[in-house]
Amino acid sequence: MRPFAYVRADSADRAIAASTPGARFLAGGTTLLDLMKLDVMRPERVVDINGLSDRYGQIEANDEGVFLGALVRMAEAAQHPRILADYPVIAQSLRFAASPQLRNMATLGGNVLQRTRCSYFRNSGVGSCNKREPGSGCAAIDGVNRKHAVLGVSPHCIATYAGDLAQALIALSAVVAISGPDGDRRIAFDQLHRLPGDRPELETTLAPAELITGFWVPAGAWTRRSLYLKVRDREAYEFALSSAAVALDVADGAVREARIGLGGVATIPWRARAAEEALKGQPMTAANADAAAGTAFAEAQTRFDNAYKPELGRRTLVRALLAAAALEV
Amino acid sequence: MAEVAVNRRGFLSASAAAAAGGVLGGSATAEPEMAPASAPGQLPVALDVNGRRHQLVVDSRRTLLDLLREDLGLTGAKKGCDHGQCGACTVLVNGRRVLSCLTLAVAVTGEVSTIEGLAAVDGELHPMQAAFVAEDAFQCGYCTPGQILSAIACVSERHANSTAEIREYMSGNICRCAAYPHIVTAIARAKAQMEA
Repeated sequence: MRPFAYVRADSADRAIAASTPGARFLAGGTTLLDLMKLDVMRPERVVDINGLSDRYGQIEANDEGVFLGALVRMAEAAQHPRILADYPVIAQSLRFAASPQLRNMATLGGNVLQRTRCSYFRNSGVGSCNKREPGSGCAAIDGVNRKHAVLGVSPHCIATYAGDLAQALIALSAVVAISGPDGDRRIAFDQLHRLPGDRPELETTLAPAELITGFWVPAGAWTRRSLYLKVRDREAYEFALSSAAVALDVADGAVREARIGLGGVATIPWRARAAEEALKGQPMTAANADAAAGTAFAEAQTRFDNAYKPELGRRTLVRALLAAAALEV
Repeated sequence: MAEVAVNRRGFLSASAAAAAGGVLGGSATAEPEMAPASAPGQLPVALDVNGRRHQLVVDSRRTLLDLLREDLGLTGAKKGCDHGQCGACTVLVNGRRVLSCLTLAVAVTGEVSTIEGLAAVDGELHPMQAAFVAEDAFQCGYCTPGQILSAIACVSERHANSTAEIREYMSGNICRCAAYPHIVTAIARAKAQMEA
């Protein structure tokens, strides 16, 4: 690990002021320390924001929605009674992620910003990576790409977005609260991550020194009838090959509103709006679920090893939709 | 990396650290991009480990795992993958299980508990340690300290109510010898005693 200056901040303003060029915020550290040891991330300064937990480590729920502080630990949100009861898709996306130790450490803000697990990104000694070394090329496109993305890909990057919580937040139209040198702002969750395009190294729309302080999740008729289905190589402690965050408002036998986030298959947290539209007003039959899921993967682009993903993703979504429709809420 | 507390182990580790510091200082010239030893990377840290306070000066890069093992001589927590994947380095911080290999020592606030602090002063084992012995819940033993700390937290979190739940909530601790069936049995056995 390369040397760095360590700074402890006790307020958002001080953290932002301390975030000079080349600095990184430290919360749970589970991504940052890992990638610093791999020499993939090389911060000159680490700004420890754990001292802000009193202010930004709270969960506040009311009838309008729930605010999740950015420094809430994954394990805390996963077992919060209001989230378990009213936003099960959030609790499940967290519980099915990582290990208990990692969930005790990792924060929600850091979780949505976690970096890809692409081996060529993580292994600085093998192959080229446009995220790691901009302009160097993408070894994954013609390399070992079984776990790589089929949606939102570009000729410069097919790295999969690895997180789970983000799929729940994007499906529920969460809002991201951000503090920065120019004050506070709020953006829709689907405006946080950037498609790789020709600049895969730019992963978010956050400006330098900007800090996520929390997420507002509005309550809706669909939030209780929600779930997260994660398909992976083993049953625990593994990243998704494909996943679906689904929230439904069903009345009189028909879908009034469907919210769908897809994971494991895309380069960024993926909102499947075409599939949502296809379900509107329809009864949730297997045929309708199948047709809607098909639209979600209509534009999938596969490589050699990941050609199975559109079909796996489609079936994952069908199963999630039918299971959500059958929930007793 | 010099421990201030005066005791034999501290004296030995302080001497070893001083020697290591000399070696590191020499390597700085071999890697020009490395900051000199006087860079603002040396920081004071006060840590409570197993009920004892330690005051040290450490490099900002020092992980809690390396501090425990190399500065304090507490080698129970093991370095397996050093990337947060295997769980061999699991310790408790304020009663919560965390991965000491992904924790910066300077960032730790609170009480650290390691395998060395579990047994009573008279040597009586913690119920989880005793259960691991009774159920033969290991072969090579390398992952065992992490398994035991994680298992204690698994019970205190109330995630040890069934075999399936124990397996799920112990999934962050890998056992290369695959002693998993006995580990699950040991946890169920200790749970009954811990909750009695």
